Amino acid sequence: MAATGATVKRSIYREALTDSLKKLDPRRQVRNPVMFVVEVGSVLTSVLFVQALLGHGEASPRFVGLVALWLWFTVLFANFAEALAEGRGKAQADSLRRARKDTMAKLLKEPKRDAEHTVVPASKLRQGDVVLVEAGEFIPSDGEVLVGVASVDESAVTGESAPVIRESGGDRSAVTGGTRVLSDWLVIRISANSGETFLDRMIALVEGAKRKKTPNEIALDILLAGFTIIFLLVVATLLPYSIFSVNAMGQGSPVTVTVLVALLVCLIPTTIGGLLSAIGIAGMDRLVRRNVLAMSGRAIEAAGDVDVLLLDKTGTITLGNRQAVAFLPAAGVTEADLASAAQLSSLADETPEGRSIVVLAKEKHGLRGREVQSLHAGFVPFTAQTRMSGVDLPGRQVRKGAADAVRAWLGNDLPDQVKQTVQDIARGGGTPLVVAEGDVAGRRALGVVHLKDIVKGGIRERFGQLRRIGIKTVMITGDNPLTAAAIAAEAGVDDFLAEATPETKLKLIREYQSGGRLVAMTGDGTNDAPALAQADVAVAMNSGTQAAKEAANMIDLDSSPTKLIDIVEIGKQLLITRGALTTFSIANDVAKYFAIIPAAFATVYPQLGVLNVMHLATPQSAILSAVIFNALIIPALIPLALRGVGYRPVAASTLLRDNLLLYGVGGVIAPFLGIKLLDLLLVLLHLT
Amino acid sequence: MVLQVTLTLLIALALVVPTGRYLYRVFAGDPALGDRVFLPVERLVYRLIGLKDPGESMGWKDYAAALVLSNAAMALLVYLIFRLQGLFPWNPQRVGGMEPILALNTTVSFLTNTNLQHYGGETTLSYFSQMAGITFLMFTSAASGFAAAIAFLRGITGRPLGNFWADMTRFILRVMLPTSLVMALLLIWQGSPQTLSPFVQATTLEGARQSIAVGPVASLESIKHIGTNGGGFFAANAAHPYENPTPLTNLILILAMLWLPTSLVYTFGLFARNARQGWTFFAAASLLFLVLLGNTLVAESRGNPALHQQGLAGASMEGKEVRFGPAQSALFATVTTAATTGSVNAAHDSLTPMGGFTAMVLMMLNSVFGGKGVGLMNLVTMAMIAVFLVGLMVGRTPEFLRKKLETQEIVLLAIVILLHPLIILAPSAVALVTAAGKASISHAGFHGLSQVIYEYTSAGANNGSEFGGLAGNTPFWNITTGMVMFFGRYFSIIALLAVAGFLAAKKPVPEGPGTLRTDTSLFAGVLVGVIILVGALTFFPVLALGPIAEHLTLVGR
Repeated sequence: MAATGATVKRSIYREALTDSLKKLDPRRQVRNPVMFVVEVGSVLTSVLFVQALLGHGEASPRFVGLVALWLWFTVLFANFAEALAEGRGKAQADSLRRARKDTMAKLLKEPKRDAEHTVVPASKLRQGDVVLVEAGEFIPSDGEVLVGVASVDESAVTGESAPVIRESGGDRSAVTGGTRVLSDWLVIRISANSGETFLDRMIALVEGAKRKKTPNEIALDILLAGFTIIFLLVVATLLPYSIFSVNAMGQGSPVTVTVLVALLVCLIPTTIGGLLSAIGIAGMDRLVRRNVLAMSGRAIEAAGDVDVLLLDKTGTITLGNRQAVAFLPAAGVTEADLASAAQLSSLADETPEGRSIVVLAKEKHGLRGREVQSLHAGFVPFTAQTRMSGVDLPGRQVRKGAADAVRAWLGNDLPDQVKQTVQDIARGGGTPLVVAEGDVAGRRALGVVHLKDIVKGGIRERFGQLRRIGIKTVMITGDNPLTAAAIAAEAGVDDFLAEATPETKLKLIREYQSGGRLVAMTGDGTNDAPALAQADVAVAMNSGTQAAKEAANMIDLDSSPTKLIDIVEIGKQLLITRGALTTFSIANDVAKYFAIIPAAFATVYPQLGVLNVMHLATPQSAILSAVIFNALIIPALIPLALRGVGYRPVAASTLLRDNLLLYGVGGVIAPFLGIKLLDLLLVLLHLT
Repeated sequence: MVLQVTLTLLIALALVVPTGRYLYRVFAGDPALGDRVFLPVERLVYRLIGLKDPGESMGWKDYAAALVLSNAAMALLVYLIFRLQGLFPWNPQRVGGMEPILALNTTVSFLTNTNLQHYGGETTLSYFSQMAGITFLMFTSAASGFAAAIAFLRGITGRPLGNFWADMTRFILRVMLPTSLVMALLLIWQGSPQTLSPFVQATTLEGARQSIAVGPVASLESIKHIGTNGGGFFAANAAHPYENPTPLTNLILILAMLWLPTSLVYTFGLFARNARQGWTFFAAASLLFLVLLGNTLVAESRGNPALHQQGLAGASMEGKEVRFGPAQSALFATVTTAATTGSVNAAHDSLTPMGGFTAMVLMMLNSVFGGKGVGLMNLVTMAMIAVFLVGLMVGRTPEFLRKKLETQEIVLLAIVILLHPLIILAPSAVALVTAAGKASISHAGFHGLSQVIYEYTSAGANNGSEFGGLAGNTPFWNITTGMVMFFGRYFSIIALLAVAGFLAAKKPVPEGPGTLRTDTSLFAGVLVGVIILVGALTFFPVLALGPIAEHLTLVGR
């Protein structure tokens, strides 16, 4: 759903350009105190420019004009950064808005398919109304399926083109407005008023229209405003100091207002001030690109702080289903015979476990699939009573099932060696399936098939990385503690919760939180809702129920259980980007002082020229170079602000050291080089 | 020279751990040395002041209110003593009441632990005022600042803030009184007077009659340094032979100034349950201290190039006492401005430009050990700012000592770091453009600017040393410096107590490999960097127009 293509991109840039002009409106600019100060400075120097043109200027019109021009550019660049970040969201919002066409809805008198209905516009629907949606029609608003089963195309919301099944009851009953019923029909109770639907919220979110500043962003804003006031003070008091010095020394002239404004703008943290909101919007945007919707910016920040990840075993840590990994024959039975019998019993078994037995038999013993019909075999499906499945061949029956079920079928106890095998497998976290056969000679156990949860490839390394950055992983499973412990050990998680229920999950989250930890989890069912509401970062699957989505603060449109780890990394990346650009911005001040101070006081104290370590050509070129560098660094860093700085899962001390070197030390050095180069360029262009 | 300085600093270093540990024991409520003697006395004091439960902790508001109100009561008392000293005993020189504005300035000055002196002690104050006014406030102002720092340390390390009255009592009783007593005896042994008799009338060898000022000098001198107060008994301060008679007393005074501010940094580590944390901050402050000390030592021993051209070779001796020489004077000047004592053993006005630069920078930073208690509070403030600025780069929202730093703390910290330059730069600007301000300046150009900046920096940092040259006893300077001292003291203390209160109430965040560590050499480097970027660069323009321009003029000749 991300807008792509050159034309779309170009239109984003064009729109961002006009937006950055619109944002010059002081009423909007004042929301960003740092850039507001720059705008005031721009106006002031522009007035001074006019004064200079009229011949009463404090410096040459060209100098004052150039300073004023670059101050305006500074504001515009910052506005452009924000507009660009917003623009990328807007493009996505537009594609969403196309899905929110004003459809007509069939409003039912009572929740039955054949009840009387009237046709009303979707926008008139209220919460609690019941509507009928038939094949080919758009679902008018968010709701809960009351009656019916249908396949629904949700690609407008999720970008996933494969249709999904929606039915009444259970965890697949939530439908989203703007999606389309492909087959069959649904009776839906509307759960959101017009303007408050999922799609509406999503549009508002990606557009950034309702974006509230996050807590850390507000705190940083305040500190930056504090710095701005300090530098305002420094610069404002410099005029009296300068006047005193000039009078006392009887030489030179006081520092001009143009130079003071230039110094002020160079010293206040314009780089981070100009990029801060763009960084925040881009962070949200990065989540959206991964098909995650954050319901609040606070949640993204919390994601960076998360210490504990609660991960569902199935789908996140293990592949969806258990698989056969070994045939362990009873005494006097060959492995091939056991494999053959197990395969026979599973040929018609369509469960993933059954299929995995057939696959294993083929891989290990070269047994090819046989036609059940050609064997004149009758399939005995699994039932809750027998808890076994198998085949009946002429004169022979084969069964497989849990140990106690098979023992009941055998009528006598399992051989000790088989019992031992069963126990060993269970202790190792696997599931033992006992295979037995019966013929005229009687019934006997052939051996055991070892079914096992398959831990996803690479997941162990991923957990290792998380551990190194201080994040604890906890596996949540309904398995018994023995099985859970074995899988936990194999997957390398730090802890596990076995035989998990919604209550124990909630309790676990509370326990971690009372120890000061921030907990993230994923959930989809209605019974997950309390735990989701308690967790600090709660990701609901889009396939999940309305209740789960309401309780969560993020929604994963892909419904992928491993998304949680990505979300944490995006959260961290956002914070690192913010910190890196703040550090860079403040470190830049050293060079600017050395450029401007000797220049500003060159007439009264020529000896201060020693501080002109960059050997800038003239006082005017020094000041202009500093101002131009200060302006150009903003667009130069826009890509970094939007993309985010690279994040590697390493310990905090390593991250700090590397980032300090790059953005702190680099932030001190870069402007020395940049200002010197600009100065050379100005000299070359005879602009000094 | 290097040996003298190194030896002095090594002795100071050796005192840090035992003192720091003792302070921690006393204020964390652990059994401490001397309990058997002090506990009964403490109980008696508590009963006298009506304190029922000294163990009952105050909230930050109560703690701050107790501090401010007790200080206000003391201010009123001392102001009346100064004004009415003619009516009180122990006034052999029959000094009359102090004039109102000077009395106000002096009261605020000693109340705020600044000890800026716009008066000459021997001519303006009676012995009673020196003892009941000056020496009294030297104890209580130091104790107030120290109590605030202890409460701050408790708060930021997740403890209840404690009880102001109990902290004051313990600090005066267990730290200040015993050490002041011992030090006063040492000073008397070395020749400082301690008497209530009138000035000595002597006939000089030429037959002229001379009046030699004496008084209860040793008792004032000891607490003046232990409490990093700095106000001299005599106008000449510690350059006066009765205040600081010998090189040995000079050593003792230097050690006394460094003693508690350095030890408290170690105490901080103990409060944080991590001695490394204390040493990290200690290292950061030491680095800045040593670099700036080196700057002054080099400048003072090289001397004045202008004089060298006139054939006067050697170190700069202008304004220095021969018995101390350039090294001891440079060390004293650096220590007194680092620890914001404000006592001087040489004329700071006559320091070389770079020596004056060091003195000003140390007061502008106000966190290189700094004054009793408040210096550490400022250092921790800078550390919190550092954590907030660079801490994000580890991918977590900022946390310091396991507590999250959020909007409410940042607002207060921003006010604290804004206030210091505000109360220095703004009044300096006013003084430099108004006739009332300019009238007191004795030099033109850069040195005149330095005089003004120094005066307000000294007042704002609650240091109190004088750059000399500036005629401070005028209504303009008395009122403006009085306001600067007042704002410099109480606003930051209240704001930081609030920060401590907020942090104490927060749930601690568990530490792990993802946490930003603040007890590493890397963080010490970050802290130094932020102190320079945020603390020092703010003053770079004004330093360029003052001491830097002066220095470049001298060497450029």
